[in-house]
Amino acid sequence: MNFQFTEEQLMIQQAARDYAQRELIKDVLERDEKALYPTEHVKNLAELGFLGMLVSEKWDGGGMDTVSYVLAMEEISKVDASVSVIMSVNNSLVCYGLEKFGNDAQREKYLRPLARGEKIGAFLLSEPEAGSDATKQRTTAVDMGDYYLLNGTKNWITNGNTASTYLVIAHTHPEKGHRGINVFIVERHSEGITVGPHENKMGMRSSDTHSVMFNDVKVPKENRIGEDGFGFKFAMKTLEGGRIGIASQALGIASGALELATKYAKERKAFGTEIINHQAIAFKLADMAVKVENARNLCLKAAWLKDQGQAYGTASAMAKMYAADIAMEVTTEAVQIHGGYGYVKEYHVERLMREAKLTQIYEGTSEVQKIIISRSLME
Amino acid sequence: MKILVCLSNVPDTTTKIKLSGDQSALDMAGVQWVINPWDELALTRALDLKEKSEGKIDTITVITVGESLTEPTIRKALAVGADDAVRINLNPTDDYEVASNIAAWVKNNPYDIILSGIESSDFNGSAVGGMLAEFLKIPSVSSVSFLDMEGDKPLMKREIPGGTETIRVPMPFVAIVQKGIALDPRIPAMRGIMMARKKELTVVEPTGEGAKSTYIGFAMPKAKAKVKMIDAENAGQLITLLHEEAKVI
Ligand SMILES: Cc1cc2nc3c(=O)[nH]c(=O)nc-3n(C[C@H](O)[C@H](O)[C@H](O)COP(=O)(O)OP(=O)(O)OC[C@H]3O[C@@H](n4cnc5c(N)ncnc54)[C@H](O)[C@@H]3O)c2cc1C
Repeated sequence: MNFQFTEEQLMIQQAARDYAQRELIKDVLERDEKALYPTEHVKNLAELGFLGMLVSEKWDGGGMDTVSYVLAMEEISKVDASVSVIMSVNNSLVCYGLEKFGNDAQREKYLRPLARGEKIGAFLLSEPEAGSDATKQRTTAVDMGDYYLLNGTKNWITNGNTASTYLVIAHTHPEKGHRGINVFIVERHSEGITVGPHENKMGMRSSDTHSVMFNDVKVPKENRIGEDGFGFKFAMKTLEGGRIGIASQALGIASGALELATKYAKERKAFGTEIINHQAIAFKLADMAVKVENARNLCLKAAWLKDQGQAYGTASAMAKMYAADIAMEVTTEAVQIHGGYGYVKEYHVERLMREAKLTQIYEGTSEVQKIIISRSLME
Repeated sequence: MKILVCLSNVPDTTTKIKLSGDQSALDMAGVQWVINPWDELALTRALDLKEKSEGKIDTITVITVGESLTEPTIRKALAVGADDAVRINLNPTDDYEVASNIAAWVKNNPYDIILSGIESSDFNGSAVGGMLAEFLKIPSVSSVSFLDMEGDKPLMKREIPGGTETIRVPMPFVAIVQKGIALDPRIPAMRGIMMARKKELTVVEPTGEGAKSTYIGFAMPKAKAKVKMIDAENAGQLITLLHEEAKVI
């Protein structure tokens, strides 16, 4: 067993840390307050190669392993989870889905620009009435011979407005249940697509979340990914990897809060001493540190399994559930350690707490992760 | 045209300094190593110049006198864009040893411009650049805060009390650079990190002179005296304390 990172992994971690601590920090509060999309940062991160870091070099990606991805996601998320979710969706849902399950023509046309970060992708699974139970898709794609006709509404779509490439899950044969589901590559500016207003969110306010409506949208036949009926499996397989991204995001939110709380506890004085010298605070920090370390180990284990080509579905569900749950606990304690200062925006921890909440919800709620984990025990 | 940038491998600036048990050396266990900040700025400027030189600057080489533990730092320089690297395999003791060994390499591998940082953030000797120029018998300019090419002639500026000096010297020369030479150091891109693996890192054994100094011992600075805060309402207490505790009045 080897806990040593490679030189390259460390370099990527440092690069992500430098960008986050030097650049993202500058305007993160303002973007959160005004719900502004991080256009410049997305461009810069694309140039640095973060948006397609998991895609192989053959398809213009960074060719990095999943362990490096966890390290980078943690560093970016310590400062700004709105930015890291853009990176996560593009890398581990959209690019991964296309590279793993698309054909060469699809990869050539759609994956290359996404891997270079010139274009951004979105993953459209959730619907107003189909969240945790993703089999209840109402969006339909009717086979019209040389194209499919797409109709329906998708909800809560990250990158919903900024993405150029959508991966849309829809029913082609509702009577076949989840075996009648397919996934299609849909260009954002196709006729018949309406993007709803920007959701006014509690946290991650700088990422753009929208509903997307499809009204008789023509999707070329060649844009279906995989065999007929492959869509549900596609979504589940892709989310397995996506969860490593969100788990690392939750990890970063938690470790960012731990860093801030530790620093604050060493500076703030009460009753004649730095508050870290009060055991009640020191023990809180100790508990937080153990949780963060556990979450990091779960994330890295899942990433390592994926890099080794081994099954990682249960591991990524464990990482996602645990990291998200402790992110909520750790950020709440970080606010507590900051006292009144924790409750105002300048100190960042209240924002981290709002961001942590989302990690327990998207890409499968914590309850859904428990379903996945417990099912693996029943096997 | 070829540029050489001297890189020093230093502990991260946030490192807590610890001494070995007998105080004869620094305890480097667990230290995070980085490129000396001034050298990193020198490299950044060299890369900027190369990019806008339209091919006139052919290569940027980085050189470090250090053992293999310096390689991650060197590879970071390659990842941000240096073309190749040289490592002189020696854990140097003083500036003299560093400068002499870099000079020995440069004598057989000439460069047009040599950049060094004004000092390194670990031992702050501020001597390598000047010594290197002396060993090579070429001009050196210190405290350079601006470097540009006018055609193929380098132009430098340095801040002096009350103004700015503009300087031109014939190549080859050593520019000892300080803050202002470049803004922010670069962050390596994925592509650069991948390419760094394939770039040449030449390791040579030392052929220069040995150190002229030996370290006798290190001592930590005295801990700062404790500060006592007195409430504004009890200002009178200050006088009592100055008289009775500090015994200064
Ligand atoms: C900001 C944001 C961004 C998002 N981005 C995307 C995106 O890019 N693409 C996308 O497709 N989706 C996205 N989502 C949607 C997200 O994945 C869903 O919200 C999530 O899967 C939960 O679905 P739901 O909201 O319909 O909740 P529901 O499924 O209605 O769940 C409600 C509650 O019931 C619980 N529950 C449901 N079923 C069970 C069960 N069997 N056992 C126990 N408890 C259960 C849930 O855990 C939850 O607590 C995003 C959501 C948000 C808020």
